Amino acid sequence: MFYGFMVNTWTVATIIAVVAGVVGFFVVLRGSAFVADALPTGAFAGAAGASLIGVNTLAGLGVFSLAGALGIGWLGRRGRHDVATALVLVLMLGLGDLFLSFSTSYGPEIFSLLFGEVLGISQNEVAPVAVLSAICVIATMMMFRPLMLSSVMPELAEARGKRAHRIDMGFLAVIALATSMALPVVGALLIFSLMIGPPSAARSFTSAPYPALALSVVLAIVTVWAAIAASYVTNWPVGFFVGATGAFWYAVGRAWTAWGRNRAGRWLAKQSREVTVVAG
Amino acid sequence: MSGVLRYIVEPGFFGSAPAHLALAAGGVAAVVSGILGVFAVMRGQSYAGHAFADVSVTGGSASFLIGISPIWGFAGTSVLAAGIMDMIGIRRPRGRDLATGIVRGAGLGLAALFLYWDTTHGSTTGATIEILFGSMFVLDPSVLPFVVALSLLAAGIAAVLYRPLLLSSLSAELAYARGVPVRLAGVLCLAAIAMAVSLSSLTIGAILSTALLIGPAATALRLTSRPGVAIAWSAACGLAATWLGILLAYDSYYWPPVRQGWPVSFFVVALVFLFYLAAQVTGSRRGRRRPAPAAVTEPAPEPAVR
Repeated sequence: MFYGFMVNTWTVATIIAVVAGVVGFFVVLRGSAFVADALPTGAFAGAAGASLIGVNTLAGLGVFSLAGALGIGWLGRRGRHDVATALVLVLMLGLGDLFLSFSTSYGPEIFSLLFGEVLGISQNEVAPVAVLSAICVIATMMMFRPLMLSSVMPELAEARGKRAHRIDMGFLAVIALATSMALPVVGALLIFSLMIGPPSAARSFTSAPYPALALSVVLAIVTVWAAIAASYVTNWPVGFFVGATGAFWYAVGRAWTAWGRNRAGRWLAKQSREVTVVAG
Repeated sequence: MSGVLRYIVEPGFFGSAPAHLALAAGGVAAVVSGILGVFAVMRGQSYAGHAFADVSVTGGSASFLIGISPIWGFAGTSVLAAGIMDMIGIRRPRGRDLATGIVRGAGLGLAALFLYWDTTHGSTTGATIEILFGSMFVLDPSVLPFVVALSLLAAGIAAVLYRPLLLSSLSAELAYARGVPVRLAGVLCLAAIAMAVSLSSLTIGAILSTALLIGPAATALRLTSRPGVAIAWSAACGLAATWLGILLAYDSYYWPPVRQGWPVSFFVVALVFLFYLAAQVTGSRRGRRRPAPAAVTEPAPEPAVR
């Protein structure tokens, strides 16, 4: 699995994992899982449209995911955020359905767009992905403090008014970017597992932001590497392994939290018993 | 007159058996989705509704694999997913989206595997498209009784739980204090939403069934804040979108560019979205005249009661 043609795959997948770990950390922190789910799924329509009119898939993905982010931001300001997300998502998917019915590329290509295809990455796809990822990570880091503020204390951020909305839109745009480059590799339906599984576990292990962020990136990389290796060996779709590993990390995080709580509870009980003994 | 009618309705529409079946099954699914959608939107469970749709892909692809009607797979897995989501903590607003997302991700991973097996081991190469985007015109007539039964069950749950659900959607603390079994009501409501989603998965496709669940309900809640009226509006909107969508898809058979018909699901989704935008415009106009009562449109966070 380390042949020449796999080198691009490993490189691109690692870059994507880093971005998913960083961006996903804030997705989990802000509880905006639905948006992070909707943008990739909807952007899939962009890929279908791009292949219909014969332009670069990445362009179609970028246009659709950015349009989706703007649409969610716009509709979400006037109505409920989750409703806006759902409606923008299905509108994009409906368009995707239309494009698919016009084009003749049925079956396998659609499947790989939805569920990922790791073997088809060519040399000239590496550079765009690297550039876009750098933009994503830098943008997230520049927004680090305001993002933390609006995630941890939404009321305070809201009190600052317009700025919060700008941060919101900026973050949506970052998710859109991260989405459009990760989509061809792990697939529309499963980028999202990569974005929430590892960060949710990382958050359970530590509550300090920087270590959690780092841990989230590490776990995301481990997930992607394991998924590609397993997919290479079994020939099963990579999306299955990404999804399963994401759920596994979440379970581990939950178990760790529960265990920590039990331990704390036992410790407290012991303390209070000792206090009672001393007092008695 | 008949010339105009002929222009609007492609000849043969009212005589075609697949169209009849599509109208019946699609209509039933749309009405049930519309009713339960109001609860989903009021309770802030749009995302759960969407996740059911995706998870039902898993069941749909598994049922292709073992060769049974997809409706069993759709309904079974989405109700199962409702149970799992409740178990791992969908009740806390903070972790709710995360739990939903994890269930969805794991379900879709399995779906990827099943679809892969479908296409490699079976001869059902169209399975991916059929499951994801639906196939209203090739429904199996024998599925109709089951669709009706499942709809009655879902609508029945909504009717029985109507008042307790409304109360616990508006204020879970109050409902709890008045002795409403909040958690049981929540689980049953979630299961009913899952059933509604699996019905529309059958007709307009799994990943688009969110449209029929959320779109009409959101439209209705823009137009009125009275829950009973909203449910009626929502069912009517869903039904209108579905039937108009079927009609347009039937008419579109000779439309460019491919002359093999535009997909039904596209029309349904586009109509649902147009309805929402229209309601948005009229709603904001009315809102300027008098402040809209926000109580119903804001979900109440449910306390972690056990």
